[in-house]
This record gives sequence, structure tokens and C-alpha cells, in this order.
Amino acid sequence: MKIGTMTVKTGLAEMLKGGVIMDVTNAEQAKIAEEAGACAVMALERVPSDIRAAGGVARMADPEKIREIQETVSIPVMAKARIGHFVEAQILEALEVDYIDESEVLTPADESNHINKWNFKVPFVCGAINLGEALRRISEGAAMIRTKGEAGTGNVVEAVRHMRTITSEIRQLAGMDGDELFKAAKELRAPIELVQWVAQNGKLPVVNFSAGGLATPADAALMMQLGAEGVFVGSGIFKSADPAARGKAIVEATTHFNDQQILAKVSTGLKEAMAGLDIKEIGEENLIQYRGW
Amino acid sequence: MSYNLFVRQSSRKPTIGVLALQGAFREHGRALVKAGVTARQVRRRSELEGIDGLVIPGGESTTIGKLMVSYHLLQPVRELAAAGMLVFGTCAGLVMLAREVIEDDQPLLGLMDIKVRRNAFGRQVKSFEAPLEVPALGGEPFPGIFIRAPWIESAGPMVEILAKFEGHPVAARQDRLLVTAFHPELTDDLRLHQLFLEMLAGGEIKILEGQKATGFQKKAPS
Repeated sequence: MKIGTMTVKTGLAEMLKGGVIMDVTNAEQAKIAEEAGACAVMALERVPSDIRAAGGVARMADPEKIREIQETVSIPVMAKARIGHFVEAQILEALEVDYIDESEVLTPADESNHINKWNFKVPFVCGAINLGEALRRISEGAAMIRTKGEAGTGNVVEAVRHMRTITSEIRQLAGMDGDELFKAAKELRAPIELVQWVAQNGKLPVVNFSAGGLATPADAALMMQLGAEGVFVGSGIFKSADPAARGKAIVEATTHFNDQQILAKVSTGLKEAMAGLDIKEIGEENLIQYRGW
Repeated sequence: MSYNLFVRQSSRKPTIGVLALQGAFREHGRALVKAGVTARQVRRRSELEGIDGLVIPGGESTTIGKLMVSYHLLQPVRELAAAGMLVFGTCAGLVMLAREVIEDDQPLLGLMDIKVRRNAFGRQVKSFEAPLEVPALGGEPFPGIFIRAPWIESAGPMVEILAKFEGHPVAARQDRLLVTAFHPELTDDLRLHQLFLEMLAGGEIKILEGQKATGFQKKAPS
């Protein structure tokens, strides 16, 4: 009997596919998320839009909060650690969270190195804005990728950009011959073995979800049609006027992402979505998608 | 909507539906195609029409159950199963087929006379791989991949236990229903999918002999 293998780490991500992972900050929200049909919840202190508003240093959630959420729901519970903060990850592993998100939404703890994720039995999901970043994270042991988008904005434009970038870069690799892949690997700053695997298989070696700025059922279906295998929704649900109804609608839109009739039905009468931010107004220096190396 | 009992007397390739609401449905589709049948993703009632069997994949059983309620799939699947349709459930699919889940009141199909404990082996850090002896498959042990897996806590007299891990039943068969707590769809080993497809040929005789398909009707949760 072997535990903590890459097969069981990536296997859980396979089971989450076609689902919605929702950010929650307490047991009550976790219950609403589970009732809405979330396939997992992400336990955190504050949702990204509040982190953005509050400023300062954003850290791992209080273990008490994570335990409270674990005791409330039966679906997988994920939690965020700061980039490079392997001790936060050790604590989250001790708490037996089901997945750790080494997340740019929190303030990075190391500006050169990410966590060596091979050292852990618990699987990791990491953000990426392009193929090179995704493959670097996988080489460090990530068992799942999510495109970053721009968290806490309610604006899907960056999520679209990152998903399109990754799929387009994969298509380019698939069209290259073996000799060209070495140069591609150098340019992507990614291990040649992973680059060769992607070229051969035409996909990432692990499950790829979309995240960052999704706020409506249409946003979720858009990302699914663009090739996401599932979605993370952060502030988009619990910063809206009716989280239970919006959560359920986003779950249904993610399942029926190709069915216009159902998408029209579930998009109807959802009350106010979260207020959105124009990316240009945020300013380049405040974009969190560039955290990660 | 009716189950076509005579389909296998024709030369048409059987079509197996894969419930595609959430989870590892593509992997099951691939395994079924490799095993020689046509696979069809099922998200709506109309897509159940004309299938010879249904696979309920791994995923989150609460999510799958809620979507089955919202899209009115529970009762049609129960009716088709009662009429002899084959059903294969893995992990969350096993949970969905159970008559009862311990300490939970989630929506279930309730077709199989088993009581199930969810996440029985523990959280993700306890997920594991282990070779499994499955006598019904003969030969080599089956590569068992257990991910936040359930086990069968107790089973009725009609249920045949096909495999155990550390004393807990993790694979079983009852009439036209097959379940595993682990994930054959994540392996290259097709033997369990083949066993399921063999039931397609074998089970029909039982129906024609007039044996009643076992259809447990839990108090309708929908």
C-alpha cells in the first residue's frame, strides 16, 4: 500500500473535474457552497477582493477556521499557503487538508523559490499565466494547475488571456519536431521531458482549472468552452447578493457549459453580481498574477 | 423511455452511457471505447434514451446527486435499472447506487442493497494505491487506486462481494449492478470494464427468464 503517490495526487484532481471549487471563509459559507453543489471548498481568511481592499500581508488561514470548515462539510477542503512558505504547507498537511493551493493571492514568502512539493503527501495546485510557468510548477511537484486570472476583480478578462495563452502554446509545441523542442524548452524555461510530453499528448500532464475573476454562470461556461477542466470561484459567489442561488447556477453552468438553453435559464434572475474592477484601473504594480517565478 | 432488451440480438454495437455531470467521466468513456463499445455522455434525460448500460463515474457524490435531482435523472435511471439496464458505479458512483450512506442524507439512487461509509479510509493524505485480489477477474491482482474512497459497511444477501481491502468490501455485484470503491478508469487495466460488458450479455437471459430486477426504492429523496 502506497500513499502520497503522484497517481493519487493527480487522481483527486481528476475527480474534481467538471466541478466548481468555491472560496469560503467560515463554516456557514462552506455549508452553502456544499448545498450549491461545489465539488470542493477553499478555506481562507478573506476572499481575494477583501484581501485586495485590505492590503498588508495576507497569510495562511487560522487552523481553527480550517478545522471548523472540515467538520462542517464532507467534500474536499483545500487551503492556501504563501508562495515558497513550506512551513505553512507543513501545517496544512498536519491539518489533513485535501489540497494545498500555493497561491499568489497571498503575499509571497520567497521571491525566488516555490515550495518543493515533492516533499509532501498532500497534493498541491498552483497558478500559472502561461505554459512555462505551469510546467515549472509541475516539475516542482504540483498535481494540478489553475490559470491565475486576476483574483478579486470579478473581471474574467485575465482568466481568458491565460487560458488562451496556455492552449495556444500547447498547440505550437504539438506542431514542432523533436529538434525544435529543445529550443522551446529553453524559451519556456521548463524541463525538456515535460515539454516533450506536452508536445506528444497535446495537453498538460495534470488537470487544468480556470480561476481569477469569474463572477457569473456565463463566465464559468466561457472558461469551460475555452478548455478549462473545471473552475475556481473566489469572491464571485460570496460577494454577490444571493450566494446560494449564484453558486448553484455556476455549478449547473459548469456541467452544462455547452447547452445554450440551460445557460440562459440558470443565468436568469440571479440578483446583483459582485462589483467588478477594470484591470487598467488596478495598475500594473498591483496585479497579483505576476507573483510566481 | 424504454430499455431496449432486444438490442443485443441485432448486430449494433452496444452503447454505454457515462453520467457526465461531474468527475472522471472522460476516462470511463475512453476505457469503454477501448473495450469495444460506443460511449455516450449523459447530462440530460433525453440522453438516456436507447443506452444499454450506464456508468456513474468517480467525482463528488454530493455534487453528482444534487445535479441528478436538478435535472430529473434519479427516477428515470431507477426505472431503466428496474427494466434491466446495467449500471457500473465507481467511488462516487458506488455511493450513488447505495441504499444507504452512513451519517448522510444526500440524494441516492438506492438501487443496490449496500450500506456505505463515505471517505472511509480518511482524507486525501490517506488516499493510496494497492494491488487487489479480485477472484472474479482471475490472473494478476487489479491495480487499486483509492481516492478519499468509500467502503461497503454491510451488504444484503443478494450482493456478491468481489474484493476486499483490509477486511472491508470494496467491489461488489448485485444482479445487473457492479460497483467499485476504487478507480479502474484511472488505470490501463480494462478487466473490470470488460466484466461489466460481459454482464450485458449474461444478464439478459435472467430478464427473459422473468426474474425481477432488484430495485430498492429508498424514500424518494428527489
